[in-house]
Amino acid sequence: MQLKASILTAEELRRALTRIAHEILERNRGAQGLALVGIHTRGIPLAARLAAKLRELEGVEVPQGRLDITLYRDDLSEIAVQPVIRETQIDFDMQPRRVILIDDVLYTGRTVRAALDALLDLGRPQSIQLAVLVDRGHRELPIRADYVGKNLPTARSELVKVKLEETDGIDAVELWERDL
Amino acid sequence: MPAAEVRPRHLLDFQGWSADRLNAILDNTDTMMQVLDRPVRKVPALQGLTVCTVFFENSTRTRISFELAARRMSADVVSFVASASSLSKGESLRDTVQTLSAYRIDAFIVRHEASGAAHRVAQFSGKPTINAGDGRRAHPTQALLDAYTIRQEYGDLAGRKVAIIGDVRHSRVARSNIELLTRLGAQVTLCGPATLLPRELAGEGVTLTTDARDAVKGAHAVMALRLQTERMDAGYLGSLPEYIAGYQVNEALLEHAEPGAIVLHPGPMNRDLEISADTADGPRSRILKQVENGQAVRMSVLYHLLVGRG
Repeated sequence: MQLKASILTAEELRRALTRIAHEILERNRGAQGLALVGIHTRGIPLAARLAAKLRELEGVEVPQGRLDITLYRDDLSEIAVQPVIRETQIDFDMQPRRVILIDDVLYTGRTVRAALDALLDLGRPQSIQLAVLVDRGHRELPIRADYVGKNLPTARSELVKVKLEETDGIDAVELWERDL
Repeated sequence: MPAAEVRPRHLLDFQGWSADRLNAILDNTDTMMQVLDRPVRKVPALQGLTVCTVFFENSTRTRISFELAARRMSADVVSFVASASSLSKGESLRDTVQTLSAYRIDAFIVRHEASGAAHRVAQFSGKPTINAGDGRRAHPTQALLDAYTIRQEYGDLAGRKVAIIGDVRHSRVARSNIELLTRLGAQVTLCGPATLLPRELAGEGVTLTTDARDAVKGAHAVMALRLQTERMDAGYLGSLPEYIAGYQVNEALLEHAEPGAIVLHPGPMNRDLEISADTADGPRSRILKQVENGQAVRMSVLYHLLVGRG
């Protein structure tokens, strides 16, 4: 694989998250009644960072959850490798809350479809919104994000790598070309 | 897990199942337990697949546990119960399995009184097959749920001591537990009257004793095996009072175990025979926990056998 371009630096990534936090507050008229749910793997640290920003801006502690969508994937009967199941943890009542689902990259929309189903089996939130760091296009389902850090037109042969301190030791978004 | 390692296609016994893979089944059981605690106790993982339970030996509770596990994973389930079927008309096991296979079954779950029957179903059907108990040979999901229950208590099986007491000779539960628990690093002590304690089961990590107090010494878990009263007629046992005095799992015996030792029983129980009623209902008992865990363990086994075969 070959690195083609650096899309976001650490500083730009930080600013994108700050902007998303402001947009969340604007759209929801504050942080009351919100909850953040990160999708494994990198949605979880992103949710934690957004929660910290909301705390900083509004002084409100927004509950956080983590969601694993493995058992909800639509390709389980086709794939050759068995995916590792990770922890789902949502220990607040979703019923009175507006839940913001958080993932690093929005691509085909299939992960988000699975996440919506997984979330709704856990409870009935007031509403669900979607925040992503990068929207790279190529949707296969009618799904769109409410908050986007960076819109990035890509080719299918390309790979968007989101790197975060918590999981990868560095903050960066990169565009790579897959080997043929 | 090394990628080169071949993934077992069936769960007939633990042959070919590495400790890593077995631990992965137990790890994922935690997730399945969470699913059972939710408002919607079901996930779509096995949607579109059909699982058939084939029971030639009556065991309603095991069958229900498997069927619920499959349904909670969104598989369709059909059950073949031998007594109510053409088996009484003389159809062979091979014909039965091939007939069922023609309905496009994706996995078989087999209980049979003959050792090796599940292997033959696996062979005849060519589909992933789970042994739900064959003769005296094996009952792997029972051992997995026992291991999970012990792990829930102690976090790990390595270095734990497990005493298995009763009719070891006729017990597939004991055989599967020996295989599994030793692979996961536990020490197993088998105990029962000499007539019910086959010497050949001794081996690495497995000791034998006819003295129950000896067996439970230092034990973290004590498992009582079901005693079939027919064994008396067959001359394996002197009398029930004699058996109870020597081998019943009760409070007096448990005083010799580790202070926090838990009590297991594969069910169904003969109260006040192999286990005293107050112990079965007492604070050490994890018998109902085992039932609950069984469903989640079987969900995890189904996941491991049926997902990622594409």
